[in-house]
Amino acid sequence: MGRGLLYGVILTLVLAVLWLLLSGMWWHGIITGLGAASVIMSIYMTARFGLIDGETVPFKSILRFARYWLWLGGEIFKANIEVVKLALSPKLNIKPVITHVGVSEGSDLARTTYANSITLTPGTVTVEVEEGGFLIHALDESFADTEAFIDMGKRATAAADGGAS
Amino acid sequence: MSVGFFIELGLDLASAALMLTGAVFVLAGALGMLRLPDFYTRLHAAGVTDTLGAEMIIIGLMLQSGWSLVTVKLALLGLFVFLTSPTATHATANAAYKSGLKPILQRFNPRASDDEGGAS
Repeated sequence: MGRGLLYGVILTLVLAVLWLLLSGMWWHGIITGLGAASVIMSIYMTARFGLIDGETVPFKSILRFARYWLWLGGEIFKANIEVVKLALSPKLNIKPVITHVGVSEGSDLARTTYANSITLTPGTVTVEVEEGGFLIHALDESFADTEAFIDMGKRATAAADGGAS
Repeated sequence: MSVGFFIELGLDLASAALMLTGAVFVLAGALGMLRLPDFYTRLHAAGVTDTLGAEMIIIGLMLQSGWSLVTVKLALLGLFVFLTSPTATHATANAAYKSGLKPILQRFNPRASDDEGGAS
């Protein structure tokens, strides 16, 4: 119960700050009042759905995710350059492949992060989620590098579930 | 010529460079869409547009808008594009795969015959 209350308070603060930043109405009588009412309504509904837990309010893992996103940003940048080079080379020469990549142990959040990271990196798209792995379509053989996928999976799991990275 | 002038000039140049590079990546994505052979390979070209292209333009605009609420909104916009675009791409690819569209899996090299001609 105490933990749920902590998550609720944090979620309320985040929603209130978000509303103030998006509207810019720091003190505007009735409008700020309506904003407060909408925050309270959202919190009430979230609580009624029983959704206030560590997954809705991931404040403990936000720093780990920030580090992971920085690394992912670098990977995306490199992959973008490769895709543009391939797609714009005067002699178009690609060999698309479909590969199966196994998923290491991890929570649902870790797997979702992993699958979305693969899709977000240009040149590879997660086509299908199967038991024990993903089916991945790659633009060229050079993108279907199993070692790189496994490394990304380890980092995604470390970011989502904690532990050594 | 104060320090503030040079800071402003530097910010303007940096944001112009970011937005121009972003526009080049969007253009490259569009050309890739036209050149690549099938649905799945074209998805990869579209990915260039909504990762590097969109994010670089948004960061360029953030430098342009200075320290204000607009910057916060742009940052949130960038974050949401970053989180939702892979989900949309996966949904599209998964729908195509489930409905039985087969990807091209052999080497695609339409200009291979030009190599033997030695003209280029």
